[in-house]
Amino acid sequence: MALALQQLINGLTLGAVYGLIAIGYTMVYGIIGMINFAHGDIYMVSAFIAVSGFTLLAGLGVGSVPLALVTVLLVSVLFTSVYGWAVERTAYRPLRGSTRLAPLISAIGMSIFLQNMVQLTQGARVKPIPPMLTGGIDLFSSDGFTVRLAYSQILIVVVTVALMSGFTWLITKTSFGRQQRSCEQDRTMTALLGIDVDRTISLTFMLGAALAAVAGVMVTVYYGVVDFYIGFVAGIKAFTAAVLGGVGSLPGAMLGGLIIGLIEAFWSAYLAAEYKDVATFSILILVLMFRPSGLLGRPEVEKV
Amino acid sequence: MSALVSAAGAPTPAERFRDAVGVALVALLLGVPMIGLTTVDQGGALRVATRWPTLLAFVATAFFGRLVLRFVFDRLKKRRTALERASGAAGAGSHSASKSHGKILVLVGWLALGIALALPVVYADNRYVVDTATTVLIYVMLGWGLNVVVGLAGLLDLGYVAFYAVGAYSYALLSTQFGWGFWQALPVAGAITASFGLILGWPTLRLRGDYLAIVTLGFGEIIRVILVNWTAFSGGPNGIASIPRPSFFGLPFKPPGDTPTFASFFGLEYSPAQRIVFLYYLILALALLTNLFVTRLRRLPVGRAWEAMREDEIACKAMGMNVTNVKLSAFALGAMLGGFAGVFFAARQGFISPESFTFNESAIILAIVVLGGMGSQLGVVLASLVLVLLPELGRDFAEYRMLLFGTAMILIMIWKPAGILSQREPTLRYAAPGGGA
Amino acid sequence: MSHEPILSVERLSMRFGGLTAIDDLSLDVPAGKITAVIGPNGAGKTTFFNCLTGFYKPTVGSVRLNHPQRGTLRLETLASYQVARTAQVVRTFQNIRLFPRMTVLENLIVAQHNRLQAASAFSIAGLLGLPSYCQAEARAMDKAVGWLKRLNLIDKADNAAGDLPYGTQRRIEIARALCVDPILLCLDEPAAGLNPRESAELNDLLMHLANDEGISILLIEHDMSVVMRVSDHICVLNYGRKIAEGSPLEIRNDRNVIKAYLGEEDADEELHAEVGP
Repeated sequence: MALALQQLINGLTLGAVYGLIAIGYTMVYGIIGMINFAHGDIYMVSAFIAVSGFTLLAGLGVGSVPLALVTVLLVSVLFTSVYGWAVERTAYRPLRGSTRLAPLISAIGMSIFLQNMVQLTQGARVKPIPPMLTGGIDLFSSDGFTVRLAYSQILIVVVTVALMSGFTWLITKTSFGRQQRSCEQDRTMTALLGIDVDRTISLTFMLGAALAAVAGVMVTVYYGVVDFYIGFVAGIKAFTAAVLGGVGSLPGAMLGGLIIGLIEAFWSAYLAAEYKDVATFSILILVLMFRPSGLLGRPEVEKV
Repeated sequence: MSALVSAAGAPTPAERFRDAVGVALVALLLGVPMIGLTTVDQGGALRVATRWPTLLAFVATAFFGRLVLRFVFDRLKKRRTALERASGAAGAGSHSASKSHGKILVLVGWLALGIALALPVVYADNRYVVDTATTVLIYVMLGWGLNVVVGLAGLLDLGYVAFYAVGAYSYALLSTQFGWGFWQALPVAGAITASFGLILGWPTLRLRGDYLAIVTLGFGEIIRVILVNWTAFSGGPNGIASIPRPSFFGLPFKPPGDTPTFASFFGLEYSPAQRIVFLYYLILALALLTNLFVTRLRRLPVGRAWEAMREDEIACKAMGMNVTNVKLSAFALGAMLGGFAGVFFAARQGFISPESFTFNESAIILAIVVLGGMGSQLGVVLASLVLVLLPELGRDFAEYRMLLFGTAMILIMIWKPAGILSQREPTLRYAAPGGGA
Repeated sequence: MSHEPILSVERLSMRFGGLTAIDDLSLDVPAGKITAVIGPNGAGKTTFFNCLTGFYKPTVGSVRLNHPQRGTLRLETLASYQVARTAQVVRTFQNIRLFPRMTVLENLIVAQHNRLQAASAFSIAGLLGLPSYCQAEARAMDKAVGWLKRLNLIDKADNAAGDLPYGTQRRIEIARALCVDPILLCLDEPAAGLNPRESAELNDLLMHLANDEGISILLIEHDMSVVMRVSDHICVLNYGRKIAEGSPLEIRNDRNVIKAYLGEEDADEELHAEVGP
């Protein structure tokens, strides 16, 4: 029981991170119908920015954890958004309107580029940062096992919930949100109505990157280590989350993220941890067999 | 597109300057966290190091690079529009042009075959060249296999490496555990991988496009994770070693001993290069057979059904086509060809481990198909040459080669979004080619 | 309608969530004749076709086909490909669905997939180039060329289908459907986008198919010049319900039809303007 509760907490934390990254996939997929394979690597870049940021602040003698966190979050979001923008501008925009596969290959190329760029400029070694947000709340213990809610976990869940609410507001209530949604449905018509489609797409990429940056910073705080390969793994998981929830659906991305986080946490605790990816993907395949458009995706009526 | 670019006529120097400043600014923002700053390990703790001169150089390169590139591209564009105007006035000769284009391609194909056949003779004493050429041919074969699934049937497969792995492990296990020879194991491994193709194909029948992509990617990862962790079966991360090499119709490539070897049988002096050359011709033969097989299939009902399904699945159903069977046959055949390539890979390396079958391999094979031009057989050859030789050429500045590789993928796609050779050759004609119309 | 209908639709309903696209529709389609289904936009005509051809499973109701060789077939239980293959009910689409990058001839050969696939014996006979397969291919080629000539498409045989003009693509789609050997041909707005000359040619073709080839035709059409001239029998749908059925003359004078098209009052004169004399 205690173990289950602990894994529930761990799973939700992990799921929140996957969900944040998944939103970037889902939004980009919604608006230009492509898998942004480099999105996981954007997240990885943000984690490296966070490492530099925290180290720099520590070197400058900033002792306040909240101050450091907020500063690094802002800085990382800023720089990572520029990366999101630049990736779209250089690798995807020239391919707008070409075949479906061309941007996918370009995205894979971009992913390889970013991974190796970071490896070259930041080093291939794992980067550890000193633990920042230690401690937590001991909920209860039974059978000598203490269920612990770490402060960093509270941070992740609170920030994710706050961001998700803000984001839902942005998409459903603001003018940008309307433009974004209209681009998803019909880009040509949107352009005819005098909306700058290119700008809307750029902003979508920047927003996706910003959310990935938040995830990147929080993961850096949570695990305390970063390497250039984390983008691929997290990217695949987040993409799976987006598909599981239904590509194009924001709540779906979050739900998919949570489900995958929970599967991983529970599978690792009770069954074989090394097979957790097999479990994740098998469940994805099973879900898609019965719901080909994902859990919350709009079922695609065969338009004849 | 920025307003600066779309402004009609040649941009003024001031506009060019502002454009380049904009690019330099973006370069600065991108460069600060990655180039300007880095962390170095110092006595167990990280410390921030700065590289401002490098950053400055990077920003300056971006600025001047943008200026020069803009200038060059504007010039090229102007010349091209002028050319188009001239050729437009001269009347459309495009039809005959495309026909002669096709003839040139056929010629290039035969030329490539000639070079491939002559290569080990010319480079008999250069093991490196023959080895690299063998690697190119493995990718060509994988590309031709995946071309069935992606290029012809239009099913996006991001986990093709799984079949490559299944083929390789099938041969490795059959040969090391049961003592099977290469030629015995080849068809069995093909059958095993084909059934894996069906296993992947069956649950994904209803999925479309990108949903299929993630499921195939997941399938590839499942296979890899199992190979890494099921140590009793696959040897785990250590892989399987001392896999027997293929023999020449029963004659092994070994130093002379009591049993007849290839060298002793033909009265040659033993040289390790003989095996290298033999392996090269073996994969060449396998690849050519694959090509022949796929080219023939394309002209048969199955092949036309694959292409029709790529074009419009609903119309296929309305024509009475059982799309399920068509899809499964594409998956199974594509898988089988990948499996054959895997068998060869295992036999050539003599050692395999899960490390050879990561997602990166799937990505490279897919890139070969797409860069080559979907469905084009010769395109696959060209793309394999580019993607295999590029990192090889980059060996001198080894740490930058994957960076260049990624950049090249992006640039080729932007340059030719439909692939290097994107023209589709009809599977049958009413009028004889050259005559009619 | 003295002899048995080729298709009997009984109490067919199709609901999507709360929306009833087809409501309790019964209809007999006479054999060897041209039957038109007309109605305002959104009346449920294409949905009706989708229910006939296995693309939708109707919520309620049955669709019986009297196949001359295979007896009575329940179309609503068949998958879409079986409707074409077993029942020989073949359709075209409102927004033309060709195989755009394949040539016109290839489009027509793909339509004969099942016979050719059987002849190729899992592609083995085909790979080996056995005479049985070569003969089957030659026959398929003859049939395709025959229809291409009949529909004046032969000089376009080697062009990519997607590159041709709209009107030509419509004809290619009909030719392709004919290559499946239909006993019932369902055409979804075949005259849409055709110019008057092409439209007149279409009339001739449809009458030739029904009268000389004995193919029953079910037609969705908005172009009244086609409907009134070629149809033997007309069924009018509105909001998913059948509001009238009968000969062209009867339909032209039906109050319900006039109302459906033009609203309640003073519709007579305007109706004549649209429906034509």
